[in-house]
Amino acid sequence: MTMSSAPDLDIDHVAKLARLALTTEEKAKFSQQLGDVLHHIEQLGKVDVTGVEPTAHAFPIVNVWANDVVRPGLTVEAALRNAPAQRDNMIVVPKVVE
Amino acid sequence: MNYEAVIGLEVHVQIKTNSKVFTRVAAGYGQPENTLTDPVVLALPGTLPVMNKAALDAIIKAGLLLGCEIAPVCKWDRKNYFYPDSPKNYQISQYDQPMCLGGSVEIELPGPARNVMGEHKRIPLTRIHLEEDVGKLNHFATESLVDYNRAGTPLMEIVSDPTMHSAEEAFAYLTSLRATMIYGGISDCDMEKGQLRCDANISIRPVGETKLGTKVELKNLNSISFVRDGIAHEIKRQLAVLERGGTLVQETRDYDGQTGTSQSLRSKEMAHDYRYFPDPDLMPVKVDEGWKDKLRAECPELSFPKQRRFAEAYALPYTLTSVLVWDKALADYFEEAVKLAGSGKAQAVGNWVVNDLLRELGTSHRALSDSKISPAHLAALVQLVDSGTVLTNAAKEIFVEMFATGETPGVIADRRGLRATATDAGELEQWCRDSIAANAKAVVEFKAGKDSAINAFKGPVMKAAKGKADPKLVDATLRRLLAAMG
Amino acid sequence: MAAELFFKSIAELGALLDTKTVSSAELTQAVIARTKAVEGRVKAFNSFDEADALAQASASDARRAAGQARGPLEGIPVGLKDVISVAGQPLTASSKMLANFVSPYDATVTTKLKGAGAVIWGRLNCDEFAMGSSTENSAFGPTANPWDLSRVPGGSSGGSSAALAAGETIAALGSDTGGSIRQPAALCGVVGLKPTYGLVSRYGLIAFASSLDQIGPFARTVEDAAIMLGAIAGHDPLDSTSFKADIPDYRAEVKRRQGPWRLGIPKEYFGAGLDPEVNAAVERAIAFYRAQGCEIKEVSLPHTQYCLDTYYIIATAEASSNLARYDGIRYGHRSKDAKDAVDIYFKSRAEGFGAEVKRRIILGTYVLSSGYYDAFYLRAQKVRTLIRQDFLNAYREVDALLTPTSPVPAFKLGEKSDPLALYLCDIYTIGVNLAGLPALSVPCGFTTGGLPIGLQLIGQPFAEANLLAMARAYEQAHDWHRQHPSL
Ligand SMILES: [Mg+2]
Ligand SMILES: [Zn+2]
Repeated sequence: MTMSSAPDLDIDHVAKLARLALTTEEKAKFSQQLGDVLHHIEQLGKVDVTGVEPTAHAFPIVNVWANDVVRPGLTVEAALRNAPAQRDNMIVVPKVVE
Repeated sequence: MNYEAVIGLEVHVQIKTNSKVFTRVAAGYGQPENTLTDPVVLALPGTLPVMNKAALDAIIKAGLLLGCEIAPVCKWDRKNYFYPDSPKNYQISQYDQPMCLGGSVEIELPGPARNVMGEHKRIPLTRIHLEEDVGKLNHFATESLVDYNRAGTPLMEIVSDPTMHSAEEAFAYLTSLRATMIYGGISDCDMEKGQLRCDANISIRPVGETKLGTKVELKNLNSISFVRDGIAHEIKRQLAVLERGGTLVQETRDYDGQTGTSQSLRSKEMAHDYRYFPDPDLMPVKVDEGWKDKLRAECPELSFPKQRRFAEAYALPYTLTSVLVWDKALADYFEEAVKLAGSGKAQAVGNWVVNDLLRELGTSHRALSDSKISPAHLAALVQLVDSGTVLTNAAKEIFVEMFATGETPGVIADRRGLRATATDAGELEQWCRDSIAANAKAVVEFKAGKDSAINAFKGPVMKAAKGKADPKLVDATLRRLLAAMG
Repeated sequence: MAAELFFKSIAELGALLDTKTVSSAELTQAVIARTKAVEGRVKAFNSFDEADALAQASASDARRAAGQARGPLEGIPVGLKDVISVAGQPLTASSKMLANFVSPYDATVTTKLKGAGAVIWGRLNCDEFAMGSSTENSAFGPTANPWDLSRVPGGSSGGSSAALAAGETIAALGSDTGGSIRQPAALCGVVGLKPTYGLVSRYGLIAFASSLDQIGPFARTVEDAAIMLGAIAGHDPLDSTSFKADIPDYRAEVKRRQGPWRLGIPKEYFGAGLDPEVNAAVERAIAFYRAQGCEIKEVSLPHTQYCLDTYYIIATAEASSNLARYDGIRYGHRSKDAKDAVDIYFKSRAEGFGAEVKRRIILGTYVLSSGYYDAFYLRAQKVRTLIRQDFLNAYREVDALLTPTSPVPAFKLGEKSDPLALYLCDIYTIGVNLAGLPALSVPCGFTTGGLPIGLQLIGQPFAEANLLAMARAYEQAHDWHRQHPSL
């Protein structure tokens, strides 16, 4: 197993997209570990996939739906039971700056 | 240098369904906060989406109404981004295989005068796809409060090609699109309730240039007139920047309809990377001809085709058709009344509807559906006037009372003594004879071929009848008596 | 006899319950007592609710007394991996993120188990968000292997396999995304079945990788696994990927169906990295089937070497999106240090998720990010097609495939610290998830050190009855399943 860092993996950018605050140590460690994984993954490029359809589902079926008939939902109490902060029957978050 | 504006609109329309698009809890507006949720809406751990058949029907119908190509197969993708109003932090949407492609919206530009038809053209559509709405954030000084009632409401995104060139075109586009959605029963499109929301992409370029200029996205255009004002304002702003020798930057601006100003939204620090990928929790939708045919049969005639038909079939003037066709209920009401009154009475019916009915509805703040005058009652009134049973002035009075009470015109005419037959035929003939006898000069003129001389006899007759004589009957009687004088 | 109740099978206990030799309350009490005796060493549970379990058991006894027993699971304690929702009970995914979360609804499998009369018993430890192969990635500490407490029970459903092996439950449910039922079953010496994708509803299962996840049973015997599968299988309108398949009476079919079968031995599954003792045990199992008159045939699954990479791209990509909902807004851990709304995301997720989860979210986010989708996710989906095709080609010649479940027996806690080394534990199990096939692990011996070894049987889509019958034929002729760890 080679120790390689992935030159392509901009850990700061990806962590931002994933909304994860990583420590400097985590960044270094993940970069190295994921570098190994990505290095391994490179071999997928060798497979000839010309004309191969992607598989999104192992057993594809179509038109899975329900009729538009209302079913009961949660009470406000149940909906907010696990909320870290709530007021006036709503979830509270620090002000969202648009 | 001469510039032209290039405008494309992205319109989000909420589909009117009983339940949400990917779960069966009720969808709706105006309910107490967080009462329209279930584990799926709140994206609780372990929950999964299930498509709503009615939402699929609605978007296919919208596509058929707008002449889109309905994709034989479409699929669902996840659009990944974090925001507190988005419970899963991804939106289920359609990325590269939307339900509808192409199609167009027919629009009418303002004519040279209000009563003259303007130019018609078609604004091509890029696509329509189905997705889910997000919750609502209520902003306070230091906090935002989240209500998820709206989250998961079915939402259609209708994207036009960037081919409009003025605020007027955009306004006409939105007006027509809105009418189409209402006609199809797809959405009520109440902008105040957020059922129709519009973002505009605006750029300007030198006339003759084919490349697009720097695009500005204008958001929060939350009424149709704000769309027009906002776009006009943005075009002016962009022209001013270029005229000053400045350069335009690609940005998103927020338009404030109250003050008529716009403001750049702090460019988001994070570049957009939605990481679209097919949603593994949902299966594709396959649309066959049978499904489309069934929905096609439910598609109503749209406003502009209806306007052309009204003009042709009923010989109605533009002043009437342009009012009648925009509200499907009003147009249906009109046609129902015409059917009962007789096709020759279309213009009369149209006049009553456009002038009198709309006025009464307006002043009483009532919807057509709450009107006490049924098409049958209106048709009866038109026939009473036509047969001379009721005179025009009396009919106006009867109409107002019909609107208030819901009684038939006959009942009101009787109770109020408004029937023209209050003057009997013998009395009328005597008044006519008296009038002819009193004006020998006019008799000579009439006999000499001056037809308008007959009017000179009418005044005294009407005066004697205290206004309760049918002008048509007076005219006919005078002519009969004059002819008999040889 | 009562002391050993907790090591009996569902089938055996069913007979005792039917004859009123024991009550569900007594059985449940015995399981609770056993749990209290050994749990301090095994640490298989994240939580259990003794009073609730006893109340369910009493209700079951009342039903039985009233002649309303609901079938073979009536009164049987069943533990659930802590990624399966039970209304009014904690649901943590072994994550600090959900340490205080209480679910307001039942997963479909929970509803079905309750409907079958089972006593829902305890929430079993696992790797955080089912990401791992050793149950060491639990925010609440690792579970030990009952056969050797210094070793891992496998994972991610290690709490389920360990609790069952230790007699802390009679049966359990786990989830399998890349081997998370079969590998811990093998390492703990119990039966573990991953059903065909779509056979069992995922509604109420905390999603790791939606196109791969499947809930399945852990049981002492193949017959018990058949009973459990019968209770949880079937179409669910709440899961759009759930299949409308006919559900046979698995228990009856497993007893009825006899071989011989045509069995394939995929040559790619017997290469480097395979422990010699595991190899020898599996070879003996193959010899058994051959002796029973089964046609044994070497087959090739040529894309096997690409399974691991394909799996890690698809699984992490889906996970990165599935785990976006854990943001500290509506529920779950919210950082006390967050200054604004954006901060809540960054800090809550940083504090709430463990290292392996973060690593996989980063990888999954990366492979989906702009410019990389085609090279990674799309390509992986295409290779997935080829991998699936390999299996379907093999099934033109054979009814099922025989392989080791895990290349190695249970390893020491803390032994595999390198993620890639740990990922290699899954090489024999992930192809099955990519192809959506059913597969099970059945005990097939012990190492000289006394560690269990598992035999994997991989079946044709929706052919669980066959698969279970094949495993039972082997089990009936051996007594591995009658051996229990001494604790
Ligand atoms: Mg958009
Ligand atoms: Zn949209």
